[in-house]
Amino acid sequence: MTSLSLAPSVARLPSRRRLPRPGQLGPAAAILFLTLLAIAALAPHLLTHADPLAIAPRDAFQAPSIAHPFGTDQSGRDILARVIYGARQSLALGCGAITLSLSIATILALIGGLGGRIAEQAVRWLIDILFAFPVLVLALLCTATLGSGIGPLIVAIGVGSAAGYTRMVFGQVLSVRDAGYVEAARALGHSPARIVVRHILPNAFRPLVVTATMGIGQTVVWSAALSFLGLGAPPPAAEWGTMLSMGRDFIAEAWWMTFFPGLAIVLTMLSTTVAGRALQRAIEGR
Amino acid sequence: MTHLLHRAAWRLLGGILVLLAAASLTFAALHLTPGDPVTAILGGASANPTPEAIAAARHEYGLDRPIAVQYALYIARIARGDLGQSFSQHMPVIAVLRAQAPPTLALMASSLAVAWLLALLSVVPTARRGVAGAIASTLETIGAGLPQFWLGILLLWGLAFEWRLLPPAGNHGLPALVLPTLSLAIPLAGFIAQVMRESFDLALDQPFILTARARGLGDGAVRLRHALRHALLPCVSLSTWAVGALVGNAVAIEIIFSRQGLGRELFLSVATHDMPLVSGIVLFIALTYILAGFAADTLYVLIDPRLKGTRP
Repeated sequence: MTSLSLAPSVARLPSRRRLPRPGQLGPAAAILFLTLLAIAALAPHLLTHADPLAIAPRDAFQAPSIAHPFGTDQSGRDILARVIYGARQSLALGCGAITLSLSIATILALIGGLGGRIAEQAVRWLIDILFAFPVLVLALLCTATLGSGIGPLIVAIGVGSAAGYTRMVFGQVLSVRDAGYVEAARALGHSPARIVVRHILPNAFRPLVVTATMGIGQTVVWSAALSFLGLGAPPPAAEWGTMLSMGRDFIAEAWWMTFFPGLAIVLTMLSTTVAGRALQRAIEGR
Repeated sequence: MTHLLHRAAWRLLGGILVLLAAASLTFAALHLTPGDPVTAILGGASANPTPEAIAAARHEYGLDRPIAVQYALYIARIARGDLGQSFSQHMPVIAVLRAQAPPTLALMASSLAVAWLLALLSVVPTARRGVAGAIASTLETIGAGLPQFWLGILLLWGLAFEWRLLPPAGNHGLPALVLPTLSLAIPLAGFIAQVMRESFDLALDQPFILTARARGLGDGAVRLRHALRHALLPCVSLSTWAVGALVGNAVAIEIIFSRQGLGRELFLSVATHDMPLVSGIVLFIALTYILAGFAADTLYVLIDPRLKGTRP
């Protein structure tokens, strides 16, 4: 095994420069940012000493400076501290929603893929129907029934984005279902439950690792959109979407109130996309 | 010919099914909603109506009947094309749609057009061209990651407040359409361009490209006449999805730019539990999506003549 995988890389060495290629800088930066984000979510006090909720009216609307690198808001709260403390909620929303969404997708895909012809057609129709509802419209409907707040927001985004993931997992399950190794397991007399757990799930799930990584960034954006509309945590909570909607009222005086929380959202989305693609290349062995 | 008819009938059935589902979903969503619709009918929580007025309104809107009867009546009414009265606006839902749909449709059309233009400009000249391709591809990834509402606020700040180039809000005329369009089009262009670049690269590897080059065709002609046609198909199906996504994203954009439109109206009607208006708007969105699907099917055949005979 070792000699097989070593041979081509050794042969290619002379033509390559030793410096990292620009293509590797992206994933490295993405992983660095995601690590920072994880620290911010788990132990925000390591990154800043300021209190995200402490008001200091005399320091209101300060432009970015050394004391306040991202400036301050209308009550003198430090924006940098608020962005750092906001990571926890935004990531919790993103991870929660993508977990829910992929769970719905997996259950529907397994029912459709293994439940016989009628179930298969029903799931196809369900996917077609759900696709007619844009994610944010479906999420708005959900928040109408569930109210606002973190929990309902996770459910709204999770349900809203399930259609796309269901289609993806369903396609995977279908292709794995008819694969040779599943037929072989069936011929060997393994129980259907064992076949699902040992063969179908792992193989249908491998591409999902990539999807989930990229999906976290997307769900962070969607939940920020709903928070921005006032459906998430109420102000003055340190949450990126809520901060954006507070900043909108003062956009003419204090652009930094809007710019930096938005930048955090964009960088999260970009780094999950870049990291997801790198993961995909690693899995596919390209 | 018969299979074309068969296919059209199948599509029509699918479309009706989607509309029925849309109606049922909104019905379910708003009946599970906490908060009494009667309060909304009688002018919100502050109106403090008498019990008699509540009972009368309940009867007038059929809210005192069993839920299955309400559902059947509701579907029957929609099938007749009657979307009911908006609780909060005290006018027929059809009238609200007629007033609010045109600005949103204009915004969607201009956003889709600008997004396609940007994607074409970004992909066609740069695909497989080393540094230029890498730069364009990075810009596309960044563009696709920009949240529309953030972009909207920044454009508002830069172009409307700082430089005073464009009006910050409103519905009237082309200048008021520019900023909302850009906010929706730039991220969408990123998505379309990523898909277009992938299939454009694949198309450039095909043997017919080599044949075209061997016939002495210049690079520009090869890209425009041969590779592009192949790269368009996945982008067309992506655009069907985008039509729906644009409505969803228009919610925040219409609020930021104080524009009239369906997105803003949907948000307000969800907030006031105005059930007939919510279902009217959701039905309209589903209908738009279905029509976009039909349009995409037609475009497929125009772009790829091979599909004319073979599609079931």
